[in-house]
Amino acid sequence: MSMTMAEKILAKAAGKEKVNAGEIIMANIDVAMTHDLTGPLSVESFEKIGTPKVWDPEKIVVIFDHQVPADSIDAAKNHLIMREFVKKQEINNFYDVNEGVCHQILPEKGHIVPGEVVVGTDSHTCTHGALGAFATGIGSTDMAMVFSTGQLWFKVPETIRFEIEGSLKSNVYAKDVVLNIIGKIGADGATYKACEFAGETVSKMSVSERMVMCNMAIEMGGKTGLVEPDQKTLQYIKNHSYKPYTVKKSDLDAISMEKMPLDVSELEPQIACPHNVDNVQGISEVQGIELDQVFLGSCTNGRINDLRTAAKILKGNNVNKNVRMLVIPASREIYRKALDEGLMNIFVDAGALICNPCCGPCLGGHIGLLGPGEVSLSTSNRNFKGRQGSADAEVYLSSAAVAAASAITGKITAPS
Amino acid sequence: MKGQVWKFGDDIDTDIIIPGRYLVMRDPKDLAEHLMEGLDPKFNEKVNDGDFIVGGKNFGCGSSREHAPLALIGAGISAVIAESFARIFYRNSINVGLPLLEAPNISEFLETGDEIEVDMAKSVIRKISSGEEQPFQKLPDFMLEILNKGGLIPYVQGKME
Ligand code: SF4
Repeated sequence: MSMTMAEKILAKAAGKEKVNAGEIIMANIDVAMTHDLTGPLSVESFEKIGTPKVWDPEKIVVIFDHQVPADSIDAAKNHLIMREFVKKQEINNFYDVNEGVCHQILPEKGHIVPGEVVVGTDSHTCTHGALGAFATGIGSTDMAMVFSTGQLWFKVPETIRFEIEGSLKSNVYAKDVVLNIIGKIGADGATYKACEFAGETVSKMSVSERMVMCNMAIEMGGKTGLVEPDQKTLQYIKNHSYKPYTVKKSDLDAISMEKMPLDVSELEPQIACPHNVDNVQGISEVQGIELDQVFLGSCTNGRINDLRTAAKILKGNNVNKNVRMLVIPASREIYRKALDEGLMNIFVDAGALICNPCCGPCLGGHIGLLGPGEVSLSTSNRNFKGRQGSADAEVYLSSAAVAAASAITGKITAPS
Repeated sequence: MKGQVWKFGDDIDTDIIIPGRYLVMRDPKDLAEHLMEGLDPKFNEKVNDGDFIVGGKNFGCGSSREHAPLALIGAGISAVIAESFARIFYRNSINVGLPLLEAPNISEFLETGDEIEVDMAKSVIRKISSGEEQPFQKLPDFMLEILNKGGLIPYVQGKME
């Protein structure tokens, strides 16, 4: 019987030959990630359940990234709760304030491999489908259940397979493709569904670019993003992980799959406008909007290829004096690479401000918040009202290339 | 359940329900102080115990923060009624014992200020002034059971005993 990639992974996790979309299954969890912001609630709920020991400390990963280093006493208290939990439960996979954003750390440190089920108390856990895992965001109470039992119920999702064809124009990236899709199908266009990204354009993308696509599956309501593993995936796994894995691919005649063909060869850079991610325009429609802040970073576009793209554009130029530019590498490893490659010199010389690897202003809880009336261009994934600070601020979303070109002019600008 | 309606639009996201800067808190009462702050800074003062939030489509989209349903519980909201819900918010709400009712076209039926009564047994929402009724989708039995126990944790504890 034909099944989608999502169905095959969930069937394996439930110990079944076959599952059908819509069916409720109990799945064994392979990786459970929590962070400094949603972790304390998970621990509190876990303690309420009363199980003394977590089901498997080796399968739990704790990462501090949202408020690092602590910017308030309350944040420091949250860190204390989590450090104590990690110690008491003998969790070795613990990354303290110095490592970076959870969705970069998980694959970089080898925790993600194809065919596994990954849950995280963070909605952008869907990022990890880029490596062929079934990865999804859950809440703290669900995580407490996972900590106690190693299992969680899921409704097996239907799949939308985006079959993307065409060569991207120069200065057009995965971010533009995924924003374009979200603009087309809307913020609830894929609710409860697995979003599989396929086709020639996706095959040509690097693993990092595929992560951008899957990262934003949640912004169309998706339960997970997925890309079928290929040679690039397996090379990435070889470089990062020792874990065994299984490769699952969709049968193209699976009945729970809807196909959506897309030609991106004529696509121009895309911008999500305030205050919803599906409010997407081609850059020619919004060019010239004046900015107060540009943020290059986050689990969407804070990777080394993004920093390289931005540095290339910024080299020999200055950040406009009316704009603050924050550069936040997504991990310590990326930071290190950027130093080695001389990218950080370019950013510093241009007048950008480099912050430690963390979520930064992305969730509006830590550094780089916006004041009332301010306008920001951000390479992150959400522009909801109040997301990056004041509810009276405006956030536009773009690729790293558009962010760099716009930092130079102080206005939304297409890279040339 | 009886109370007043507070109506919001489509795509009400979790950053509107409770902005990221307050996630250092965990107590529902503390969180409730900032409920819907971006749209109405005084919302928590206006809302009364037992009131309902009514939304359009895709209510609760965005983050996995359980702080969102907790803030609603802290403010005394008895249920959220919307045309559709985002997935993680839906799970989280049931898990912490906040009923979510899916009702097509509900934003046309109700306005802020309407007094309504929700009949869980019959799956209908009744406007008290006119007696008009609108159905909502019946919740699956196992979710009703979780809600009746006050959330997933008491539900599981009950099963273990
Ligand atoms: S960078 Fe932003 S979206 Fe990514 S995990 Fe951090 S807060 Fe969430």
